[in-house]
Amino acid sequence: MQALIRNGQIVGNDWTVLTELAADAALPAGRVLLPLTAWEARRDGLAGRAPLGVWLDSAEDPARIAQDLARLDVVAINFPVFSDGRGYSSARRLREQYRFQGELRAVGDVLRDQLFYLKRCGFNSFALRQDQDPAACLEAFGDFSETYQAAVDQPLPLFRRRG
Amino acid sequence: MYVYDTIDQQILNERVRQYRGQTARFLAGEMSASEFLPLRLQNGLYIQRLAPMLRVSVPYGMLSSSQLRMLAHISRKYDKGYAHVSTRQNVQFNWPQLEQVPDILAELATVEMHAIQTSGNCIRNVTTDQFAGVAPDEIEDPRPWCEIIRQWSTFHPEFAFLPRKFKIAVCGSELDRAATAFHDIGLELVRGGDGEVDFKVFVGGGLGRTPVIGTLIRERLPREHLLTYLEAILRIYNLHGRRDNKYKARIKILVRAMGAERFRDAVEAEWARLRGGPSTLTEDAIARTRAFFTAPDYERMDTLAEETALRAQVSADPAFATWLQHNVVAHRQPGYAIVNLSLKATGFAPGDITDTQMDALADLADRYSYGEIRTTHEQNVVLADVRKRDLFAVWQRARELAMATPNIGHLTDIICCPGGDYCALANAKSIPVAEAIQRRFDDLDYLYDVGQIDLNISGCMNACGHHHVGNIGILGVDKKGREYYQVSLGGNAGKDASIGEILGPSFTAEEVPAVIETLLETYVELRGDEESFLETFRRVGLSPFKERAYASVN
Repeated sequence: MQALIRNGQIVGNDWTVLTELAADAALPAGRVLLPLTAWEARRDGLAGRAPLGVWLDSAEDPARIAQDLARLDVVAINFPVFSDGRGYSSARRLREQYRFQGELRAVGDVLRDQLFYLKRCGFNSFALRQDQDPAACLEAFGDFSETYQAAVDQPLPLFRRRG
Repeated sequence: MYVYDTIDQQILNERVRQYRGQTARFLAGEMSASEFLPLRLQNGLYIQRLAPMLRVSVPYGMLSSSQLRMLAHISRKYDKGYAHVSTRQNVQFNWPQLEQVPDILAELATVEMHAIQTSGNCIRNVTTDQFAGVAPDEIEDPRPWCEIIRQWSTFHPEFAFLPRKFKIAVCGSELDRAATAFHDIGLELVRGGDGEVDFKVFVGGGLGRTPVIGTLIRERLPREHLLTYLEAILRIYNLHGRRDNKYKARIKILVRAMGAERFRDAVEAEWARLRGGPSTLTEDAIARTRAFFTAPDYERMDTLAEETALRAQVSADPAFATWLQHNVVAHRQPGYAIVNLSLKATGFAPGDITDTQMDALADLADRYSYGEIRTTHEQNVVLADVRKRDLFAVWQRARELAMATPNIGHLTDIICCPGGDYCALANAKSIPVAEAIQRRFDDLDYLYDVGQIDLNISGCMNACGHHHVGNIGILGVDKKGREYYQVSLGGNAGKDASIGEILGPSFTAEEVPAVIETLLETYVELRGDEESFLETFRRVGLSPFKERAYASVN
């Protein structure tokens, strides 16, 4: 099973990313992360189903699920390649603008050296790329003990906290 | 200048440890070259033609004497005894070993230095006026604002993987000495009605393949909103800048594609959500930062007596008089002067500085200029607070060090990238072309008659040598494996910014000095009273220069 770090713990991955879902296909049972277009097509028919999750690709605007967030247990943002940095801004919008309180998961090309920044932007779960060593990845969250800017994990910039 | 507290130092120490780990994992084969690439770039490490190149950050060009001595030490211990001042006020080492970079960073950290975000697709070193805090035409010292931006942008978690690199400059004076119009964001300090300063905000300026003058998107940004507004601009760029083509990924392309109006609307809408949030600057935070940039404890003196003594030295030594006239500029404090030390001596690559020069310059700074040195985007160095009676001693020492060439602002004060001798990106060499021009124009009287002129050379269209904004610009191009040079005229980096117009077909390296001579002759013939090269060019246009230049080589 793919390794997942959630809230600082190594756990097994319990959600499957559906990379695509044909319009007439039945929704698989269990915990699945729906592509955004599939969610938009089916959201009205999914009343009563729980838990629910959606994944956004890096170019997809989180505004498209802003009205649905109370229903969603997990929102995942895909990093097609680790150097595509759009997901960092999308995550902050989800947390700070749309006040999403559920699990925000980074999926795709998720590597150790991006974890510290991902966490700062509001991700609390990380589906690591297969070759990543989960125990070593945990160390990355401690790369820095202090930060200059305000972000999701620390709403006050350092200049408001300096004595 | 800014002094680290324990938190700044802790962050920096943790960075050294982090990068040491990343390097170790790369060398152990636990990380691919493509995954290591952005990590090392965000730490200023390029793989060049002959060896790696490490770019060390000099925040807004300010160096203490102990920092400069450390750079000299590093050039001796890890490099070949010299360093290079870049057009973004940073310092580059051309021969470090990749394996030794963590050790270099550990040594740099002991003097509050680093290579953080000196490359890569992130927010780079913020640049400003090399005369900040001492210029007579200053509205306000831009350095506290640069430092506020430095802290905000350092390890900014949201903007480490932008579509492309991102450069910010701050101008705090009437004359723009920081090429502000040619930055992704240019901030201009303006005096508000309440006597305090606000910002004019320009976006989408830049050089490179597509030179663009920045667009004004906000006439007046109240100072406390600086960071939230920057964050709004960066977020719009991060989300919408192109990522499919690196040559179309800079913010200038996005601004052009959206149109300035739509871009501004998007930024303002984003800002409306951020405005007034925790990143709004407090008066305490501004005051704390400003307190690091107060004027030194200038001596009280009989300025008239000092002036008289200086005049006596001037009449006794014509060479000193020449240097004084061309390399020393007015200071706002009576009895003091700003000294430009030229790194453009013929026979030395423009901007290069040896370990001996660095050590001696640190000594000069300690003795005569409150222990501080500045680097300039024209690739020279500055002692900003020299007492007038000390100028003669500074000149004598600088002359021994080959740093007193009296050519500041003149033709041989060439801005020049490292070019094909070092850089893997270059299409052509640039340093030998600069040297050939310097050798041809070795008659100072002729240079002074020609007057102020910017000659800038880039070895490729990435434009590190700022050729687009040279009054005369030279661009190295590759044609079927041979090096040629395209000449442009009329560029200007100041507030009345302009981009140079291409003269015509390119020249061989051998032809370039003669072409420059023809261009200068044409100017001298056509100029009106007191008219500079740029003013003449703007009046008469390209044609007369073009006709003469091509007649001379055919």
